[in-house]
Amino acid sequence: MYDPTVARLTYRALLGRRRALILGALPVLLIAISVAVRVLAGADDQVAADVLGGLALATMVPIIGVIAGTGAIGPEIDDGSVVYLLAKPVKRPTIIVTKLIVAIAVTMVFSAVPTLLSGLILNGNGQQVAVAYTVAALVASIAYASLFLLLGTITRHAVVFGLVYALVWEALFGSLVSGAKDLSVQQWSLAVAQKVSGGDLITSDVGLPAATVLLVVVTVAATWYAGQRLRSLTLAGEE
Amino acid sequence: MTTLKIDHVSRWFGNVVAVNDVTMDIGPGVTGLLGPNGAGKSTLINMMAGFLAPSTGSVTLDGQQVWRNEQIYKHIGIVPEREAMYDFLTGREFVVANAELHGLGTKAADRALATVEMQYAQDRKISTYSKGMRQRVKMASALVHQPSLLLLDEPFNGMDPRQRMQLMDLLRRMGDEGRTVLFSSHILEEVEQLASHIEVIVAGRHAASGDFRRIRRLMTDRPHRYLVRSSDDRALAAALIADPSTAGIEVDLQEGALRIQAVDFGRFTTLLPRVARDHGIRLLTVSPSDESLESVFSYLVAA
Repeated sequence: MYDPTVARLTYRALLGRRRALILGALPVLLIAISVAVRVLAGADDQVAADVLGGLALATMVPIIGVIAGTGAIGPEIDDGSVVYLLAKPVKRPTIIVTKLIVAIAVTMVFSAVPTLLSGLILNGNGQQVAVAYTVAALVASIAYASLFLLLGTITRHAVVFGLVYALVWEALFGSLVSGAKDLSVQQWSLAVAQKVSGGDLITSDVGLPAATVLLVVVTVAATWYAGQRLRSLTLAGEE
Repeated sequence: MTTLKIDHVSRWFGNVVAVNDVTMDIGPGVTGLLGPNGAGKSTLINMMAGFLAPSTGSVTLDGQQVWRNEQIYKHIGIVPEREAMYDFLTGREFVVANAELHGLGTKAADRALATVEMQYAQDRKISTYSKGMRQRVKMASALVHQPSLLLLDEPFNGMDPRQRMQLMDLLRRMGDEGRTVLFSSHILEEVEQLASHIEVIVAGRHAASGDFRRIRRLMTDRPHRYLVRSSDDRALAAALIADPSTAGIEVDLQEGALRIQAVDFGRFTTLLPRVARDHGIRLLTVSPSDESLESVFSYLVAA
């Protein structure tokens, strides 16, 4: 289910110069803000939880997920170079799973690592806040990468739809409309973070068992369907 | 021996029929798929390559379905028309990746690069390649696993004459080795120079099939129309109509020119300058008035 050549092509495309700059900008921004907050406000557990919850988990992780998830396959489908993968005796699910693994790894590196760093900067992992949000970012990376990879096989405008989902649904509706909270990767990963931190600084609207089931179901279903999409991918000619 | 069988294949996109009930067998040797732009050649090649499902009918390679059968690519090499490749790789990295995806190693990649004579630039980024170089690297990527069927979509587009000749030699060689090679083109001369067998597609329909001499004859034997201006139109008209190669001449007073219909193309083209010289007439304009490819093809469809 894993092909090293597909993986190499995918991460080299993902970490091409321009995309790497965008991927790197958000973590740098998060860490810069964390340093500023720490200097101005001092070490405060509540402030640390607010910054990591509002900025890292609600904004940065989904945006990195959109860039890595859609970028792992979207551009290849868009410009037609995916034909060099498809014209090979390689199983389509293998291509998808490999690309997903790369997208997850990239999302984790560019979102979970800076989350941990800024948590340590903000309050030195007081009340396990830094570790809890890092685990949440890791868990969310898996779900986001698989969702947005699927989106990359469905539409040419995957980045736009991905950003709308990440910012409008997750960040806005997710925090305003109660029903939407149940269907939010952010809330599911917060449930995991809540369990890790143990305290009441981090709370989720979804229980841990439900969150775990939903995370697994979404990841597996999105990956399976992306494989199906690729099997029947139609390459229209120039005509 | 590999035979690609296209059996009553149609493909439509919404209300537009791109390929209309095409049936053909492509056997060993070089076959040219000829047709004007927009005739459905790319759609047909995409279906042959398993990148597009036929709306009706079937495409099989030695009895095996092509659509949704990734194992078929062990036997098929594809050179797509689109330019996009993995531009951030070097030529060699690209061909090696293609070899690895076939379960082969660098040896196969190096052999393919040697076949297309691209070793000299193999360590340069693909983004720096000219169109002809890209085409050759695409070709190498399609050849790494020595496929028995090679499909090429407009492979000569944008190539200079020398590159064109090299690629033609290569394809001819592959055909002689007993591989099944199919390439599409909208340029008759290209197809004529290379293909021993031609399939003509016009407006999504299979218009003609056969060896190029027959099709060439169909194309050259059709009545040709010329617009001719000279220093003495009437004298020229009188002299030309006496020859059986000319079927009709109209003196177009408004245009101040002769509209000539020639039935024997070869004979007429040598007759016209000779007659003009013998009668001391100066030819001012000689232009074929229906030489567009579309008119040639529409004649073929009617034939």
